[in-house]
Amino acid sequence: MADVQEFLKDFPLLNGEIDGKHIAYLDNGATTQKPHQVIQSICGYYGGCNANPHRGAYALSVKATDIYESARKRTAQFIKAKRPAEIIFTKNATEALNLVAYSYGLQNVGAGDEIVISISEHHSNLVPWQFVAKAKGATLKYIYLEEDGNLSQEDIETKITERTKIVAVTQVSNVLGLKNDVKSIVKKAHSVGAVCVVDGSQSVAHMAVDVQDLDCDFFAFSGHKMLSPMGIGVLYGKYEILDAMEPFLRGGDMIEYVQEQESTWAELPSKFEAGTQNVGGAAGLTAAIDYLEGITFDRIEAIEKDLVDYALPQLRELPYIELYGCDSKQDNKTGIIAFNIKDVHPHDVATILDNDGVAVRAGHHCAQPLHRYLQQNASCRASFYLYNTREDIDRWIAALKKVRGVLGYGA
Amino acid sequence: MALDDVYTEVLGEHSRNPDHKHHLACATCTMKGHNPSCGDEITLELNVEDGMVKEAAFTGVGCAISQASTDIMAELIRGKSVEEARGLAQKFISMIKGEITDEEELEELDEALALKNVAHMPARVKCAVLAWHTLDDALKSDK
Repeated sequence: MADVQEFLKDFPLLNGEIDGKHIAYLDNGATTQKPHQVIQSICGYYGGCNANPHRGAYALSVKATDIYESARKRTAQFIKAKRPAEIIFTKNATEALNLVAYSYGLQNVGAGDEIVISISEHHSNLVPWQFVAKAKGATLKYIYLEEDGNLSQEDIETKITERTKIVAVTQVSNVLGLKNDVKSIVKKAHSVGAVCVVDGSQSVAHMAVDVQDLDCDFFAFSGHKMLSPMGIGVLYGKYEILDAMEPFLRGGDMIEYVQEQESTWAELPSKFEAGTQNVGGAAGLTAAIDYLEGITFDRIEAIEKDLVDYALPQLRELPYIELYGCDSKQDNKTGIIAFNIKDVHPHDVATILDNDGVAVRAGHHCAQPLHRYLQQNASCRASFYLYNTREDIDRWIAALKKVRGVLGYGA
Repeated sequence: MALDDVYTEVLGEHSRNPDHKHHLACATCTMKGHNPSCGDEITLELNVEDGMVKEAAFTGVGCAISQASTDIMAELIRGKSVEEARGLAQKFISMIKGEITDEEELEELDEALALKNVAHMPARVKCAVLAWHTLDDALKSDK
């Protein structure tokens, strides 16, 4: 099952050596490696098609425009958006969520209103809402967790009220790796007249996403967490909502007419894409979508599940390891395992694993409120992707067994 | 570089059993230090009288390198003048930045020399220097 060498050959970095070591790359929640198909598409764009899209009336510019707009169409199909104009390219998910906070939040949230988010949000889907709440005199409310790390159903029912204007939740927690039932949260949000913003950063590369089925109003993700280059991200928004919103960034390419004292805006999606955009990144995103759909999400999910099922029993055998989000009562665990080793700080764990060529994340993973809620200062996180193998897990666990000894603790 | 070049016995001892990790009833000055990216947090408590660091202690959470570095520093600066303590902080930071490598010149850092190899681990430099920057801030503001 985990014999995924056929994908591994596509990833030059994973086949090479870093400081003389073959790397077991288990930090896919932070960013993924890139297959040569994606790298080639970026080279191909800059090597043969580079011009400023939407501007020049010459063949090359038309070609660049084509590549950029095809990426939009491809992305719309990928997440099953109704129309390409609902896809806004951004720098990353953070920028996409800030766009919603500034252009929707500041306009639609008022004093006394409420914004509801979950305690397991990444800072990118948390700090912008703090900003909106503070700026407008609104209240930021949190959905806390059940014992098993899943969102409290009671909180979802009671905290989303008639005063709620925005509900913002992640589809998969970047620390606990649990998939949230966002469809039912969207339903609840709509029942009180609120919009629902979904952070898809940890989901879209790992499972099939259908924004029309979810019925969410906004959906944000980063390309770099799904095999694409850094610097390209996506905001999906329902057409009518985006159309009614004010621009986020102002400048070239997003205008209709510019007078000395005022301007009017271009139609969607240009209204939200000021300045020259990341066309090379969009080309890479298209190649990544092609690559992922070629493999299918059924297979990707099966690979990640196999790795989790292979790793967890071995981790549970180590009495000094504490796991977070690994005892879900629902069948919703994804390929993210957060853990701590007794007495040892996560940064020391990561350094010691790194010495054996195993790359994991250590720290608060941009989720400080969640760590405080879990009463942990920080944690380690291993996160898997389609090119990981059981051998990577073996190397990870073998290295984990050394950690306490290096720091002078008994096993 | 081998792991035990960094995770030395001295470092292990100070991180597992710190001598100076406690509150100081007679503190005349406290200063917080924080590495926001990794979550290391210390609060340094000093008793400074007549230009002398009479007592030093700390509380906080963090990795073995940050905690051991703080404990070693507290031991080292007790009984030193403010000027001497700040000089040691400068010297330690220079050592970790790789600016001073001469063992003889570094000798006065004593046990803190055990952290010298952190200079070869860019990802951990900030853990090692946290306490010493905090000390410098504390003594600067105490003046």
